[in-house]
Amino acid sequence: MDTATSVRSHCVGTTAVVYASDYLNKLTGEKIERECRRQLDSGCRALVIDFADTQLVNSIGISILLGIIDIAEKNNAQVVFADVNNQTVELFKMLGLTRHVALAKDEEEALSTLSGFNPTPITH
Amino acid sequence: MEPSTQKLIHTFGALADLGQEVASAGDFNEMVRTSLHLLLGTLALRRGAVAECVDEGKLHGVAVWGLDDGLLTKFSICDADKTELRESQQTLLVLEDKNSFLDRHRDTLASEGIELAVPMIVRDELTGFVLLGGKASRESFSADDFETIRAMVRHIGVGIHTHRLIEQVAQRAEENRRLYEELRAIYRDTVRAFAAAIDIKDKYTQGHSERVGRYSEIIARELGWGEDEVEGIQIAGYLHDVGKLVVDRNIINAPYHIDAKQSSELNRHPVAGYEILSPINHPYADIPLMAKYHHERLDGRGYPDGLVDEQIPLGAKIVSLADSFDAMTTDRPYRRRRSFEDVVRDLRQNTGKQFDGKVVIAFARALLKEVTGEAKERRIIKMLGKGYLDGEQVPTLLSDLISELSSAQSNAATSS
Repeated sequence: MDTATSVRSHCVGTTAVVYASDYLNKLTGEKIERECRRQLDSGCRALVIDFADTQLVNSIGISILLGIIDIAEKNNAQVVFADVNNQTVELFKMLGLTRHVALAKDEEEALSTLSGFNPTPITH
Repeated sequence: MEPSTQKLIHTFGALADLGQEVASAGDFNEMVRTSLHLLLGTLALRRGAVAECVDEGKLHGVAVWGLDDGLLTKFSICDADKTELRESQQTLLVLEDKNSFLDRHRDTLASEGIELAVPMIVRDELTGFVLLGGKASRESFSADDFETIRAMVRHIGVGIHTHRLIEQVAQRAEENRRLYEELRAIYRDTVRAFAAAIDIKDKYTQGHSERVGRYSEIIARELGWGEDEVEGIQIAGYLHDVGKLVVDRNIINAPYHIDAKQSSELNRHPVAGYEILSPINHPYADIPLMAKYHHERLDGRGYPDGLVDEQIPLGAKIVSLADSFDAMTTDRPYRRRRSFEDVVRDLRQNTGKQFDGKVVIAFARALLKEVTGEAKERRIIKMLGKGYLDGEQVPTLLSDLISELSSAQSNAATSS
């Protein structure tokens, strides 16, 4: 587990699992974004953002999540949101985020969803 | 929860956060960046920019998200654009719409996936643009979306406009401060030149006014006065003898003790000084009064008004001691300067009669700090000249004077 930033994360193969905090706002959102960028830069090909602890996502949080989706798309990496509470799922659906990411019940399901994903290798 | 209700709550939350952000006094760029995030996050837009109008129609991207920075170098505004936007009063431009502004810029904006250009017009002035595009839902913008965008862009525009106004005010204030400093420096230099002119009239006391100014400043600083007051007393010291300009040069330069008539003529100089200085609007308080009362004594035997102790302004008491100390420690036409031991004896004897105890203590303390090396600069010692304070007894003389006057002061305070 990486503790270099204050965001919890770990890697399962080429998939990075990043844990969101209880309130996804500007401060915590930017930390997650930095961690996702770092994981993608270091060769990860898929991101699982685990929302198990997340109670609330505000507008800035949405914008930052869209930024993460953009970066992942540019890196040909897939993004799965795991363990999202009902209220936040409704928000993501309403705003169209679910058109760009898969939702999974929990981290385990997210990882198994991704095991069928075969990304194109990135050449630098 | 109904999706429409949830959207409303989400939008209200963003508007509340935006209001707080725009009103915050934090970093400007960070405020704009956060505001853009709030706007993008409200409608789940994948790209956007807040661009500010700068010189010659160019736009500066204060915050850019999901876009190539190069867009803003290609998108610039001409006078025709400004006129059209002002006259049409359009608050939101959809790229698909038909108008000549969009005809000029459609290709540039569309190439980066921009769908909406929202001018920020505050007080009839085009502050900049908010450019938006890439709705995550891939749906078209609704009328509600447009209203939300207009409301949020108005907030951001006002935030930028207010920030620029504050910047201008701060810049003006800084310019004024610099001008004021320059004026003060000119005033100080003029006063010093004037002091030199006063002293030239008296060939035996050249540099006297300058030294009185410096002694006064040192005493005031030792008494804990503020910087402005210290500067003021220094100026008062420089100008305390300005009234001598109207006294006959032969009386001032008489190489012997002058007679009663001449003395009365000479004693006019504090009032003459007051009359010269009063019409001037000095940047410091009470300078004319300090000149007028620098020959008053605590026992009421001074001139021009025979004031006693508390009737005499503290500034005048300081200038009085500085003046007398310089007179005692410099050569005069009819006598050599007095030894330091003799000067200390005079101060001891005349404290409470001619001099104020706390002023004498402050001066002795400042001098003692120089003698013992506690003070960084040896300004008094320098003015007194080489060798004058070389005696081993000097620190003791000063310490004794300070402790004696201090106990006299505490006794007086106890008995009263």
